[in-house]
Amino acid sequence: MHLFCVGLSHHTANVETRERYGTHSDADALRTAAGCAEALLLTTCNRVEVYGASEQPVSTDAIARSLLRETAIATATDSPTFYRYEADECVQHLFRVACGLDSMVLGETEILGQAKKAYETSRASGAAGPYLHRLFQRAFRVAKQVRSRTDITRGAVSVGSVAVDLAVKIFGDLTDRKVLLLGAGEASERTARALISRGVRDLRVSNRSLERAETLASAVAGEAVPFEHWPAQCRMIDILISSTSAEEPLLTADLLRPMIEERIDRPLFIIDIAVPRDVAPEVNKMEGVYLYDIDSLQSIAEQSLALRRQQIAAGEQIIAEHVSDFGSWLRRGSSTVRPAESLLHRPLTEAPLRTSES
Amino acid sequence: MDRSLLIAATACFLVAVVRTLLALRAGVFRPGRFNFVAIACGFLLQTAFLWVRGNAIGRCPITNLFEVFIFLAWSIALIYMLVGPAYRLSLMGAFTAPLVFGIQALSLAAPIDVPHTTRVEANPWLEFHASMSMIAYGAFALACIAGLMYLIQERQLKTRQLHSVFHHLPPLHDLFTAITRLLWLGFLLFTAGLLSGFFTGQPLPVLKMTCAGIVWLLYGAILHGRHLRKLAPKRVAALCIVAFSAAVTILWGITFVSESRPL
Repeated sequence: MHLFCVGLSHHTANVETRERYGTHSDADALRTAAGCAEALLLTTCNRVEVYGASEQPVSTDAIARSLLRETAIATATDSPTFYRYEADECVQHLFRVACGLDSMVLGETEILGQAKKAYETSRASGAAGPYLHRLFQRAFRVAKQVRSRTDITRGAVSVGSVAVDLAVKIFGDLTDRKVLLLGAGEASERTARALISRGVRDLRVSNRSLERAETLASAVAGEAVPFEHWPAQCRMIDILISSTSAEEPLLTADLLRPMIEERIDRPLFIIDIAVPRDVAPEVNKMEGVYLYDIDSLQSIAEQSLALRRQQIAAGEQIIAEHVSDFGSWLRRGSSTVRPAESLLHRPLTEAPLRTSES
Repeated sequence: MDRSLLIAATACFLVAVVRTLLALRAGVFRPGRFNFVAIACGFLLQTAFLWVRGNAIGRCPITNLFEVFIFLAWSIALIYMLVGPAYRLSLMGAFTAPLVFGIQALSLAAPIDVPHTTRVEANPWLEFHASMSMIAYGAFALACIAGLMYLIQERQLKTRQLHSVFHHLPPLHDLFTAITRLLWLGFLLFTAGLLSGFFTGQPLPVLKMTCAGIVWLLYGAILHGRHLRKLAPKRVAALCIVAFSAAVTILWGITFVSESRPL
């Protein structure tokens, strides 16, 4: 049995090309069109990949043409270079993809969920058979091992997620935390939405233009606060996200000190993403106050990325062990695996396939 | 026989310490079951030691400085077993193991395991008083460890230098909650131990009473400051370390002075 992967990714093709080849969603139709015994289509914003198993070699061109819709074939003017991996290389590539080692953001975990979903879709349509089942189940297991045994997914690597991670590190559960957005800009809205996704429910928005504050407040299910009242909010809130266009710092140590003395047992986390900064740097010296500006958030994101890069070798080692093991099975497996076609058309209850190792 | 059990227990804690140091050196510091299992094995061996020793002397084995420190180490491991997993502070094991290992290694190395020549009759109130006080010390030790973890994380957050260990520490809020609960647990046990001292039927030594009173007041003051919200969490964490250091020094002093009279 030939096991192969044909695809395009952010490493090899621009977004327009990926979009053109990424419209196909029916793995079973693709399997039939390309003439494979088994097929699985993994389409994300960064990659379009077909994993297949076939008795006879299937050309890259046949896969590429199967991926394009008929209208697109007619208008296609260029011919992008698809990469192709076979046997052990295919196995290694999938394991690297599942572990986030091939992702644009190194170590991201979303790809694993996307791979599981792609596998489930192909399995449900009957396009994935025993070979791809075994391959993907092993890939999920490898990803789990790499995640648990290395720090490849550790730390946030974007400014918004760093801010959220820090908030969780300070407060633990964010459900009952009060957040004030000072300035109704796009950056603070993004950070606020990231906090909402982690459970924050109490949001207040203050802006020089009350109208904009109200617009953003309604968008994030929060409450608008008149700009002249924002300093008093510092007595109550836990997290302040500031992104105004003020030329001078709005929040100074002198302004904050009396309020902090009233809330000595409650920390205050300040995310200052404004340039120039809205919060005087001396504020960070106050007890219980944690001030992060845009540079420090970016620096942490870079530290996390550096930490993840250090973990690549450890991840690759785990992958190599599994590739070797899977390769051995693959070489002797043809005789032990039931024919794909006989499995494909059986009801699921007769051929139970787990969707996840976890 | 009993010392070999203790040496095996100490080896278990050493394994946890070495593994933590290696992980720190490699920059990959993660909590896991390993430390918990190593400490659990050490705890079982400690318990076996205390049981064998208790049977040999016919009473609770807190009769000399050596036994007092081993009982203290056992109390720390006991509270860790009870509190660590409950508060999901498995990383606490990485901090607990060095402390327990240090206490046991020093106790084994020092010539302080001197048996009493005169047999002392068992006194349940006296044994209750001593064991409650020791277990309270275990809770104070864990509060001290949680305080250290709090200060490490707080410093990293302030300086914005987040090392590998940062990602495996519990949130500041959770650590502070654990500190407060451990302080209350230790304080209540210590109070029970202190009060039971009045029922031993023996004359109360002024020095011991004064020292115990100082420890009780120290922890009482921390809890009072915390209750009135007059102490910031960072101060409470720092005071836990100071108070435990003082309490251990006082314990050593009391035991050393009263070596001629078993507890």
